[in-house]
Order: sequence, then C-alpha cells, then structure tokens
Amino acid sequence: MTDYLLQLINVALVLAVSPALVGLIRWLKARMQNRRGAPIWQPYFELRKLFGKEVVVSDTASWVFRATPYIVFASTLAVALLVPLVRIPVPVALGSDLIVVVYLLLLGTFFLALAGLDTGSPFGGMGSSREMTVAALAEPTIALAIFSLAVGAGSTDLGRIVAETLNAPTTVAAPGHLLGFAALFIVMLAETGRLPVDNPSTHLELTMIHEAMILEYSGRYLALIEWASGMKLFIFLSLLANLYVPWGIATSNDPAGLAVGLLALLGKVVVLGCAIAALETRLAKLRLFRVPELLSVSFVLALLAVTSSFVVR
Amino acid sequence: MSTLTRLIDHLGDTLGEKAFDMRVVRENELHLRLAAGTPLALASTLEADFDFKLALMVASDRRTERSCFEISYLFASARENLFVHATKDVPASGNAARSIATFSLPASLYEREIRDMFGILFEDHPNERPLVRHGFWPEDYFPLRKDAARVEFADNGQSFPFQRVGGEGVFEIPVGPVHAGIIEPGHFRFSVVGETIIDMKARLYFTHKGTEKLFEGRTPTEALPLAERISGDTTVGHAMAYCQAIESLAGVDVPNRARYFRVVLLEMERLYNHIADFGAIANDTGFAVANSHCMRIRERLLRLNAELTGNRLLRDGIVPGGVAATASLSDPARLAGELDSVLADFEEVVEICMRNSLLVDRLEGTGRLTRKTAEDHGVLGYIARSCGIDVDTRRDHPFAAYGKLEFRVPVLEEGDVKARALLRVEEVRESVSLIKQAAPRSTEGLRSVLLRALPAFEPAFGLVEGWRGQIIHWVMADEEGRLTRVKIKDPSFVNWRPLSFALLKNIVPDFPLCNKSFNQSYSGNDL
Repeated sequence: MTDYLLQLINVALVLAVSPALVGLIRWLKARMQNRRGAPIWQPYFELRKLFGKEVVVSDTASWVFRATPYIVFASTLAVALLVPLVRIPVPVALGSDLIVVVYLLLLGTFFLALAGLDTGSPFGGMGSSREMTVAALAEPTIALAIFSLAVGAGSTDLGRIVAETLNAPTTVAAPGHLLGFAALFIVMLAETGRLPVDNPSTHLELTMIHEAMILEYSGRYLALIEWASGMKLFIFLSLLANLYVPWGIATSNDPAGLAVGLLALLGKVVVLGCAIAALETRLAKLRLFRVPELLSVSFVLALLAVTSSFVVR
Repeated sequence: MSTLTRLIDHLGDTLGEKAFDMRVVRENELHLRLAAGTPLALASTLEADFDFKLALMVASDRRTERSCFEISYLFASARENLFVHATKDVPASGNAARSIATFSLPASLYEREIRDMFGILFEDHPNERPLVRHGFWPEDYFPLRKDAARVEFADNGQSFPFQRVGGEGVFEIPVGPVHAGIIEPGHFRFSVVGETIIDMKARLYFTHKGTEKLFEGRTPTEALPLAERISGDTTVGHAMAYCQAIESLAGVDVPNRARYFRVVLLEMERLYNHIADFGAIANDTGFAVANSHCMRIRERLLRLNAELTGNRLLRDGIVPGGVAATASLSDPARLAGELDSVLADFEEVVEICMRNSLLVDRLEGTGRLTRKTAEDHGVLGYIARSCGIDVDTRRDHPFAAYGKLEFRVPVLEEGDVKARALLRVEEVRESVSLIKQAAPRSTEGLRSVLLRALPAFEPAFGLVEGWRGQIIHWVMADEEGRLTRVKIKDPSFVNWRPLSFALLKNIVPDFPLCNKSFNQSYSGNDL
C-alpha cells in the first residue's frame, strides 16, 4: 500500500515541480542571452492566469477539441505514475512497462494533432502535419533507445532496468548505454518542442510546430496543455537521468533514502535543464526539412545502441 | 555638349510638337509638357537612348484652376545627376489617359494607385484589379480628388478575391492581417504543396490613412511633423526628402552645417535600423542571443539619437531650410568614439552569427531574388544592392553633403537572405565612417535659412536614400503658399512585390525569415 502511495507522490511531485523547470530553463536562457528574464516561478502565475480566463472555442470545433486537453493532461499524469522517479521498484501491478509509457505519451500527441486539425484553421493543420512528421520518427527512437537498456536488463520494466544498472555500475560506460543516451537526448529535444527542432519562444506562426497545433486553445484548456508540456519535459529529463545515471534513487521506503532520492532527482533534472538552456542559446533552428535528418541520426544511434547491447552481452 | 542639351535636341527630333514648354530648372532638371498619348514614347526613348528610369508618377487634381487633371512623370538618370519631369493634362472627365503600364511594372503600379485615388481610368491597362482600394470603399469615392467628400464607411466583411492556384494537393494558407507578433497588418495568401510555396499574394493597404491628403492645405512648417510620421522607423528619411522638396521649390540653399548634420542624422537612422534588422533576422532562425545583443546595441544608438535631436527616433531634427535650433552635436569626438565602440560591439555579434553553421545554413540560398526580377520591379535600396544592382541615391543624385564625403556603395550578387543580412553589415560600416567624416563639420555655422515664398503650382521634388532605399517627395503649393499636392514614394512601394518572387520554391517556415530580410514598411506603402 505504501508503495502505491509513494508512487502517487511521484505524480504530485511532477505536477508541482514541472512549471518551475520550464521557468528555470527560460530564466537561464534569458541570463545567457544578456536579458534579465522572468523569475522561475513565472509559469505558475501564467497557469493561474489561464485558469482564470474564459475559454474561447471556434464554432467549427467538435468534441475532440474539448476533450483533448483532458486526454493530454491525464495521459501525461498516467505516465508520471508509471515511471521510476524517486524510488524503485515501481509497483508491478501498475505496469511500469516501457511500451506502455511510450504509447501513453504518443496518445497525447495523437490527440493534440487531431485537435489541431479539428478547428479547420490552417495553422492547426500545418502544426499537426509537422508534429506527425516529427513524431513518426521520434517515437520508434524512444522505444529503441530504451530497448537497448532492456536487452541488458532482460526486461522492459523501467524499474527493473534502473535496478539492473544500479547493480552493474560498469554498464554505464558501455557503448550501447552512451549511444542510447545520445539518441534519447535528441529525441527528447524533438518531443518536447525545443531547439533546434521547434522554437518554444517564437511568435512566428508560420514556423511553429507544437505551438501551431495549440494556437486555437485558450483559458483552462491552454493551461492544461501548457502544464502537460511542462510535465512531459520533466518526465523526459527524469527518464534520461534515472535510466542512464540512476545513482541516488531510493531502493526502499526508508525516509532518509527517499529524501536523498528526491534531491538526487531534482539535482539531475536541473543539470539537464541547464544543458538544454545552454544548447538552446547556442543553436539556431534547423530548416524544417533538415529535422528528419537529425531524427534519422538519433534513430541510427538508437539502433547501434541496441546492436551493441546484444554484441557486448 | 551637355547631356541636357543633347536630350532637348533629341526630344525635339523624336517627339516634335508633342513635347513643348521645355525648360531647364535648377540646372539639372528638364521640365516639359506632353501632348496626350506621348508618355510611352517619351519613356521609351529616355530609357533606350539616355538610360533614364521612371522614378515616380504623380497625379494632381487641377480642375479648379485648369479644369483638368495633371499627371507628371519623373525620370531619373542612372548615370548622371539629371532628371526629366514631364507633365500631361488629362481631361476633367478622367477617362482618357493612355496607359504606360506596358513600359514597366512600377508604371503599372503607379497607374493603379492613381486610378484608385483619383478615378482616372487608363486605356489598355493590363491589370484591372484595384491596388489601394479595399472592396468596401464606396464606388464613386476617390479620396485625392479636391471635391471628395469625407464619407464614413466600414468593412462589409466581404472577402477579397484572390487568384486561386488549382491542382492536386495545393492548399491555401491565409495569414494575417492580424499576426501573432506585434507587427503591422498585411494579409498573405500562400498556395502551397506540402510545405513548398508555389505562390504568394500579399494584400496590403490595411494602414491606409490618407497621409497625402492630410498634407493638403498645410503650410510647409505645419506639414513637417506629418512627414516625420509617414513611417515610424524612417523619420529622417522622409523628413529630409520632404524638406529637400520644399527647399527646391522655394529656391533656397541649405547652409553647410545643416548639410553635414543631415548626413549624421540620416546615417544614425540607417545604423539603428540595420543593426536591429540583423538581430531580427538571426532571431527568426531561433538564434535569440544575437537579437538581444543587437537590441542592446540599438538602445545605445537610440540614446545617442536622443542627445542629437532630443528624440530617440530622431524627430525634430530637420526643418525646411536647415536643421532645428534645438538639434545639436556638441562633441563630435565623443560621438565618433561611441560609434567605434558600437561598431566593434556589432562586428562581434556578426562574427558569432556567421560562425554558427546552423544559422548560416538557414540564411544561405533562402529567399533568392534574381537580378532580372529585381530589375523588372524597379527594386530599390539594400534589396537591389544585395542582388547585384548598383543603385544608391547618395552617390547617383547627391544630396545634403554626400557629394563631399568619401564612401563606398557595397553590392552583393547572391540575392538571398544571407546577402541581404551581410549587405546591412557592410552598410553599417560605411555609415559609421560617414558620420565620423560629417560630424566635425556640423558643429559651427548657420543652422538654417529662412524659406522664401513658395511659387504657386510649380512642381518640385526631393530624393533621399533612406535606410530602406530611395525616398521621393513631390510637392506643389497653391497661391497662398500652402501645400496643394504632396506625393510620397517610400521604397516599399516597389519593394513589396518582389517578395513573392523571392519566396517561390521556398518552404513555408522560411517565409518569416525572407520577410524579415526584406523588412518593408506597411505604413510607408499604404500611406
């Protein structure tokens, strides 16, 4: 029972911390760009503002448009429940399975793309078509990159994978491990709409990918979607941290261990957040048709990761 | 034998009686009147035999005094500082003007503008579509006619009929006039296959404010603030073209100090705009660092501007007859030092950008405008110079003190976004050097001279190379010395159209980048 309660705390953690992560990356970027930047808790104010605003829905929108924010939010929360964040093992009955996680994430993307098409606005359609181009290449890479770890661990259970890495620390330097990390990092940039694939801070409607899909949303719908994007970013960074550098994660329900696990997780996520901010300051956006090339590279990296996992084993 | 004498002889031979009242004014302007039906012949012979280009067409309503409309054609020599100004009468009925639209694309644009504003119909004009007029304007409303009543009307919600591009898989993307960013309004209609643009049509004139009409009835001094506000980022350019036109009409010579100070002001305007543009181009590729630094450098320049004229956007610097008493440059050495530091600062940003291969990849080959297309459209300014067309009013028709200063006109050949960005960098260097030359000579002497009374119903014009390109103001006063007609040409008028050609075969997400590298004025075009 405690196990399940603790796993629920995971969810609360993701809900509570993810806006700060978004705020932190924005603030760091601003500092690196010679600007003062908004405080890191600015996204909380934005969420509160959006929840207080009325929702404007186009006359042509169907139920898909209204349901999508909830589906996206709920599926992201479900992922938060399933992945190992502060402690392992994840209770088996929840099914912390790699394939479940990947497809729950895809569910949100799928509905966002539908909602983009739903209103019939040209920007929504444009965003959806671009998002699908990216997703079609990104999703298999995520699965493949994590498979390379699963091969080593002999299980697709994320908790087990983390535990195996903890047991055999030398595997961290294995080629499969490093290649997989690189592949997943690139895909993370694409999936969470960061540079060089998408520009989260642009105002140019014609260049947008993720933002173009959600251009029609307002009020609490927008708040839910923004919050879910923040959570998705947090989950991706935690996965990268825990799958590849698992140290610090709690292995029992001992309060001290849990506290260490929490601090370790936050520390690792902040480090990755800084990496993203630094990267986004250095990089320009790729020409849209170059994005598939980048994603193919990450797919090949993931494929090599799997192959080398087999070979090395 | 001077070119003008040869020109007069040649026109006498080719046009005979149809060109009359020929006179040379202000040493380099040949004014003449044309009989009906001859403008095309004049334009052709001027271009073919003397390399004159059509710079402006102006219609004016002279029905009260002469019971007819007048259309004036201003031709400027591409090789010497010479102008031909020809005027012909159009009957008061306004339906018998021969079109010269087949002569050049700008001519076609001018005629469409005149048709919309004056109701003058051109025979054989190949393009029936309105230019300025939006569909909801009342049928018989021609705002620049003297007897146009002020009528109230509002948008009727009818859509504008765009040319449809047919075919399988062709989609239309309408963008604007309200945009996600804070920019001026314009509607763009893209026809795309996948992400590739196969056609783009721009619908402008959402900011049509009746600027030219607002000039009418004002004294030259009263109209100055209006000239400064034609396009917010081109205060000096427009104010200067306006003042030069008025000074030319009044026949006064501007004192030396004012000439040099005007150079300083015009180049300061070029500096802050070019630097901001470079940052904005980088920003549109997602490289926000360059933008924030360029905005910081721009701010440094705006503060220098405020020291020069008391206004960050350089308003209140120029007056007809010279420069304002309140505008001053106390320490040219300090200004030079500041500008050197600004330039070094900017060069560093440029270097960082140009070493970023991702960014350069976005700029290279994007939005390529061919020289032929640019020439057909009579393109001006940095857009022309970035695709191999060597035009610069500062050198070709020297004004202010440019005749006495040393500067180079940079020209690049590629015509893509990168060329337009790098050309701005080169021009920034030249501007700093020009200011450093002009500033020390603009501290002592007479600031301005008094205007003489303006002669009635005489045309005069002023040309300035603003930061976007050549600006022309054409003025005419009435018997009381008030303005009766002012025609403004911002380079955006001819530079907007080629954008859709530069876009062909580019992808939709690169449009903002192309548009930014053009950066034409909506307000200056819509007037």
